[in-house]
Order: sequence, then structure tokens, then C-alpha cells
Amino acid sequence: MSQALIEARDLHIEFGGVKAADGVDLSVHESDHLAIIGPNGAGKTTFLNICTGYLRPKSGTVRFDGTEITGRSPRWITRRGIARAFQIPQLFLEHTVIENMLIGAAARDRVRSLWRPLSASTARDEMMELLELMGVADVAAQVVTALPEGQRKLIDIALALALKPRVLLMDEPTSGVSSQEKFQVMDTLLRVLAHQQVTAVFVEHDMEMVERYAERVAVWDAGRIRIEGTPAEVLADAGVQRDVIGL
Amino acid sequence: MRGGRFLLLGVVALIALMPLFAPWSKTFLVLAIAKGLAVLGIVVLLRAGQVSFGHALFFAASAYVAAFAARLLGGGELLTLLVIGALGSGVLGLLVGLFVVRYRYIFFGMLNLAFSMVFYAVLEKFYHYTGGSDGLILSRPSVLGIGLERLPFEYTLFYVALATAAVLGWLVHRYLNSAPGRALAAIKTNETRLEYLGISARGTLLVAYVISAMLAGVGGTLAAVMQGLVTPEYAYWVRSGEFVFIAILGGAGHVLGAFAGALVYEGVRMYLAVLAADMWQLLLGVVLLVIVLFASEGLVGLWHRISGRFAPAGREAS
Repeated sequence: MSQALIEARDLHIEFGGVKAADGVDLSVHESDHLAIIGPNGAGKTTFLNICTGYLRPKSGTVRFDGTEITGRSPRWITRRGIARAFQIPQLFLEHTVIENMLIGAAARDRVRSLWRPLSASTARDEMMELLELMGVADVAAQVVTALPEGQRKLIDIALALALKPRVLLMDEPTSGVSSQEKFQVMDTLLRVLAHQQVTAVFVEHDMEMVERYAERVAVWDAGRIRIEGTPAEVLADAGVQRDVIGL
Repeated sequence: MRGGRFLLLGVVALIALMPLFAPWSKTFLVLAIAKGLAVLGIVVLLRAGQVSFGHALFFAASAYVAAFAARLLGGGELLTLLVIGALGSGVLGLLVGLFVVRYRYIFFGMLNLAFSMVFYAVLEKFYHYTGGSDGLILSRPSVLGIGLERLPFEYTLFYVALATAAVLGWLVHRYLNSAPGRALAAIKTNETRLEYLGISARGTLLVAYVISAMLAGVGGTLAAVMQGLVTPEYAYWVRSGEFVFIAILGGAGHVLGAFAGALVYEGVRMYLAVLAADMWQLLLGVVLLVIVLFASEGLVGLWHRISGRFAPAGREAS
């Protein structure tokens, strides 16, 4: 197996006595597509929050490519190559889609784009190409507030990808996307991830998606990793079927 | 777009020529430009959704810095005083900004007010240094090493003020449309996302705050040089409120709105003070009410609406 890109060791965190992480060890490897599943409130999103610096664990460490990132700010972590897409899209609502993307590109290219008007950004073509790949290029000129939730979700992911991250953490990437479109969206997303050689971690409730798109699955239950393996192994587990999938 | 630019050039040309036909207008125009620059500072912060109710702090600080510098330099040089005033308010903006950019909305606004009132009190109480409520006299500086008489000096000051406003207005326009400027606007809608793009929201706001303080500083220095006297009134809360008032009047968020608002405000104030001396504040309040109720985007928004109505079909108004 390839070297671990994200390595979480003995993570502990609790909220009001509820343990969201209780000695969690979890590794994400280069080019992985890791799905984290589990019951509601089990602590799945907490893992993303810790890895991106939004939360500091009570104890334990997270390393990214060998560097400890525990408790670092989201900004510091993002600059080192971990990007995040949110369950509820986090966009700049007063800006157009392409402006959102260009702010992302400017954040990535910091010094180069300091003075140039955003409308004349050299990254425009690149961002349009990314929107094209995500299937939302036709709404590039629209203000974000005018778009339906599903499209905002895709733009939220595209904005994270604009940073050219090494790892993309996603919280339910297809929630809000219609059931007819979700496979198409994920096909597109995986194609883009492969194209940009991005390692992906996604929290997911939809087992169909997990089965089809994850290479590895970790079941997070009551603050612990209950089982980890390939989708076939994990989804066939009787305990997982009973407690997580609800069969 | 092109029509709009020609119109803008026409208005600037008209203002540039105005003192030649109406010499009395020099003082009025310099003060309007000075306030317009301070309001431009408010406009920069409004991009981030933050209102400063204490920007008179920087207006006053630069004026006092210029007055002290003029004393030290034996009168000083106009352009040097403008640079020193701007730098002084920039340094103060950095110090105050490091504290206030940690807060948002009403807390941001009130902290700015608090700082300006502390400064006002310092200016009033430290009589031996600041002259107390009498203030400091700022003698007429030289211009490029030439000592000018009052009249030519006022003309020169007016054209320096106009050129400064044009250059700074253009620079602020560029800044607001650049990536850092757009990131500043993004603070208003999604600060969290900004951090997750690797951009420091506080850092972005701090840069804007220092720029804003320097703009107010240039305005304060111009006003001080024009009036030849600096008093604590420069830092009083009413002055800060005046800047916010003008920003709304002109059109919050517009570079041109800052100057349009300042010109209209100073003009209305000047005429009302003569025609209705006892109730000019009341009438100004009514003007603001009308603007807020019927033209919430201020004078610039009103202009866009009117020019849009008369624009040829199929073309958008610039």
C-alpha cells in the first residue's frame, strides 16, 4: 500500500459528554477514494473538521504528508494542500460563479494576482475548463444566489478543486443533487479527481454511492472506527448492515 | 460604458474649471474633496460589510501630524505634508486595525467610535501639545519650494486636491476590482469559506483598514492645509457620522459615490446654512431620508437608473 498522506492517531474529542472521536486511528493514502460512513451523529464530519483545522482534538495527532497539522488553522492547512467541500455549499453569494472560482484561483496564486483586476485574471480559462468538467460552465456568469442547491454543490466542489489540492475532503458530495443526476455528478467528479490526481475522502450516507465510487470504506460508529476495508467487505458485514445500513 | 466615461470626464473638467469662474468655490471644493477622500475610506470598509463610526480619528490624526510636521519643518512643503499625514494615519490605522479587525458589524463600528472619542479627549486635554480646543495653527506650506500668496496657493491646493482625488479614486477602483478587493467583499458573505481558501479574512480586512485610514488621512491633511487650523472637532463623532452619511448619500460601495455625495452634501450644507441657518441639519436629514427611501443605492444608483431609462434599447447602461 502507498504511503499515508493523512494519518490520524488516537484522536479524542467530545461534545457535552458525547464522544465524537474516542481513540480513532485512520489513514488516507495517496490516490485513495475513502468513504466514511456511519449513523447520524457518529462523528464523521468531526473527522473532516479536525483534519481541516476547524476543531482541535482533545488529544491525538493528525499528520499530513509527514507534517503535524493538529490544531493548525484552516487557512494554514488549506495552503498545504487539503481542500474542503461542504455539506451546505459555502460560496460567496453576491459574486458570480466565475468570480467565486477566480477568487479561489487568486488564493492559490497569491502574489501573482495581487493587483490584476479579477475580470482580467489569467486563470479565467483554467477555471472555465474546471467548471466545464464539473458540468456547470453554462451558469458561470450567474450570481450564485440565483442557482439551485444541486448546482451550488457542484460549484462548491469546483471551488475547492480550484486550489489544486492534494486531498479533497467532501461532506456528502451529492446531497441536494437529484437522484437522477447523482451518478452523473459522481462520475464527473471522479473523472476530475483522477485528472487532477487528487486524493478524496468523502462522508456519505448513500450506500449505492459508496459501493460504486469508494475504493475503501471506514465505518465510524460512536466515535470509533468499527470496521475498515473494501466496499464489498464492509457492506457485507452483518453488523454494518444492521446498525448502519438498516437492513 | 464609453458614454459614462465621457460624462465623468466632463464632470471632472467642469469641477476643474469651476474655481476659474467662481473663485469662491475653491474652499468649498477642496473641503468636499477632502471629505470625499475620507468617505472613500468608509466605502472601502463597506465593501466588507463593515461600517466605521469613528473614521474622523484618522482625519484628525493626519491633520495634527501635518500640523506638527509643519512646525518642525518650518512651514513645510505641501506634498511632503500630504505624504506625512497619510503615513501618520496609516501607522495609526495599522495599530487600531490590529485590534478592531477582530470584530464585526456593530462591535466594529462602535470600537472605531470609541477610539475616535478617546483621541478627541486626548486632543482636548493635552493642551500644551495640542492647543486644546483652540487647536493648532497650520501655516501655509510652500509648493515645490515656492512660497505662494494666499490666492495662488488656494488655486494650487485645489488642483493638487483634484489630482490626488482622481489618482486615489482610480487606485481604489483598481483595488476593489482586484482579487484582494473581491476577497474583501467576500468577507461580507462568507468569511468561513475565505479561510478555507487559504485567505486570511482578518489580514484582508486589515489591509483594507490601513488603506481606508490613509485615505481619510489624505483628506484630513487637505482640509487642515485649506483651513490653516486643526481643532479637536476634526475627531468628534459628528464628523465620523457625517462621513457615513455622505457614503450612504453617494451610494455605499461606489468610488464615484464618495465624491458625488461629498459634493452634494457640502453644497446643500453651504446653501442651507445661508438660507435656513437654524434648520439645515433637519433639511439634510430629510434629504437622507428621501435617498434611503427612494434611492437606496444613493446618488450613483440614482444616476444608473436614470441613464438606464434613457439608454438605447438593447444596450445596458454603463
